[in-house]
Amino acid sequence: MRRTIPLALTFIVGLYPILAFFVPDVRIAHANDWLDEALVIVAAFALPLGTVNVIMTNTSKLKKKARGWQYSIVLLAGLAIMAIYGLIGGTGVDPKFQWMFVNMVSPLQSTMFALLSFYVASAAYRAFRARNVEATILLIAAIIVMMGRIPFGDMITGGRMTPLSEWIMSIPNAAAQRGIIIGAALGAASMSIRIILGIETTYLGSGKD
Amino acid sequence: MKRPLLFILAAVFLFLASQVLSPAVFAQEITGLRVFDTPGDGGESVTLEWEGGAPGAILIMRSASKGGPFEEVGTAFGIDGSYQDYVEAGIAYYYQISYQLGAEGYLTAQVGPAIAKSNWFRTYRVNALILAALMFGLVLYYINAAKRGKELYIRRIAGISAIDEAVGRATEMGKKIMYIPGIMSISDIQTIASLSILSHVARQTAIYGADIEVPNKDPLTFTAARETVKQAYMEAGRPDQFKEEMVTYITYDQFAYAAAVTGKMVRERPATNFLIGYFFAESLILAETGQSTGAIQIAGTAAPTQLPFFVTTCDYTLMGEELYAASAYLSREPNLLGSIKAQDVTKALIIITVSVGIVEYFFGSSVIKDFLVAR
Repeated sequence: MRRTIPLALTFIVGLYPILAFFVPDVRIAHANDWLDEALVIVAAFALPLGTVNVIMTNTSKLKKKARGWQYSIVLLAGLAIMAIYGLIGGTGVDPKFQWMFVNMVSPLQSTMFALLSFYVASAAYRAFRARNVEATILLIAAIIVMMGRIPFGDMITGGRMTPLSEWIMSIPNAAAQRGIIIGAALGAASMSIRIILGIETTYLGSGKD
Repeated sequence: MKRPLLFILAAVFLFLASQVLSPAVFAQEITGLRVFDTPGDGGESVTLEWEGGAPGAILIMRSASKGGPFEEVGTAFGIDGSYQDYVEAGIAYYYQISYQLGAEGYLTAQVGPAIAKSNWFRTYRVNALILAALMFGLVLYYINAAKRGKELYIRRIAGISAIDEAVGRATEMGKKIMYIPGIMSISDIQTIASLSILSHVARQTAIYGADIEVPNKDPLTFTAARETVKQAYMEAGRPDQFKEEMVTYITYDQFAYAAAVTGKMVRERPATNFLIGYFFAESLILAETGQSTGAIQIAGTAAPTQLPFFVTTCDYTLMGEELYAASAYLSREPNLLGSIKAQDVTKALIIITVSVGIVEYFFGSSVIKDFLVAR
């Protein structure tokens, strides 16, 4: 019973969007929209669970003086201050909340995003080492594409680099990407059929009733 | 030298302008004007179609009664055109169109009534229905075949075979395993596929007595992941070893999550990192940091934009369909293997159809190409 009800619900809820995809009737479309809204409501209920977990995990870390407990103080203080100002003044209007978001949260997000450029450089260095034939082809293709993206490439080749780069991106690269996308779409469809029919239950744990 | 050139250019321009501006050259009186309920929609529109007309604007007017008054609802352009008008279902509408026909001035034509009705099938999606029915049929056929004991060959997937090896390595080193289930919610099929693999990994850690940590970005995925790990420990007969701290919630912010997880990687140096699910820009930050700590890394995603990053930075990568096949491959259950076989056969059929379509297109026909268009 513990598994039968979730599996029955999965069958009904999984089949309904497929029905809505093929049947244009507005009543079916409305019910499908309702299902999407229900997911948002369920997610809203799950968010406090996550917040409670963050508080419990970090409080326990502080109590035990576990490794890196100092970071937990910063996290809990940040969580409390943002929550207090957000609840009292509102997230969109309170100037203190806005100030903290614009001057503290936003620059930290931007910093993490900016770090990507360094990670791309180090990953590219490893990927483009010409160890074998495939890696050498990858290296040559990457050089052409990169040179095609900057004016210098066209300048030294008399304008040949941009068309060559575009060709690599729109023909062999697009073909390989489409191959992966078709395979992934079939995999997703196959997994969806398994879930809807109750054949795939490993996400619920593989135990029986 | 310049004057004759300018004269020729001016002549060409005037000729082209006369071609565009003179409606009398192309325009013809509209014939065959018809209005009908748009097929395959939910009863929200009617469609007007006509033959002939003028290259300029064609004014579309609508009224709920035959005698009018008509009010303007839109403008269409072109000869042999059509116009889709969004209306209320169940009401009879009349249409009047007005256009300029050269020296004859403005002409009008009236048509109707048409009633928008809700349809029961989107006829333009019949191709998707055929493919879905074919795949569904093949899945059921191969599941039955597997149940009857037929041997199904599924190719070896290196990334999946390495999962047990990676868990074993962490156990030997006495270090933790970090499992990152992507950053999407449980409504994403990749997250469900990831949780299926997590179930297997958690069972292995329970058996070997290794430590696992699952940091989450999405609260729904967090609750589902916690249940998955708990269930896996119970099935392995080690419920006492399960600790709530194994599955934690971090934050809903993408880059704050990446910062927290990479911080853990650097401080705690896990022996094995699993990055399986749907990722965005944080994929490279996580994988590259894991690589720098010397952890063995197994990644899996169906997001084509993130695959190159994982291929570059991880030891094994489950690409696209391999991610979805993993749970079946790991369990070796006939039911699940049957669906993988059906997926492979469908893929082979699609390859054949696309190849035949390419050859057909070279010969000037586009029947298969048109059939495969997704709408």
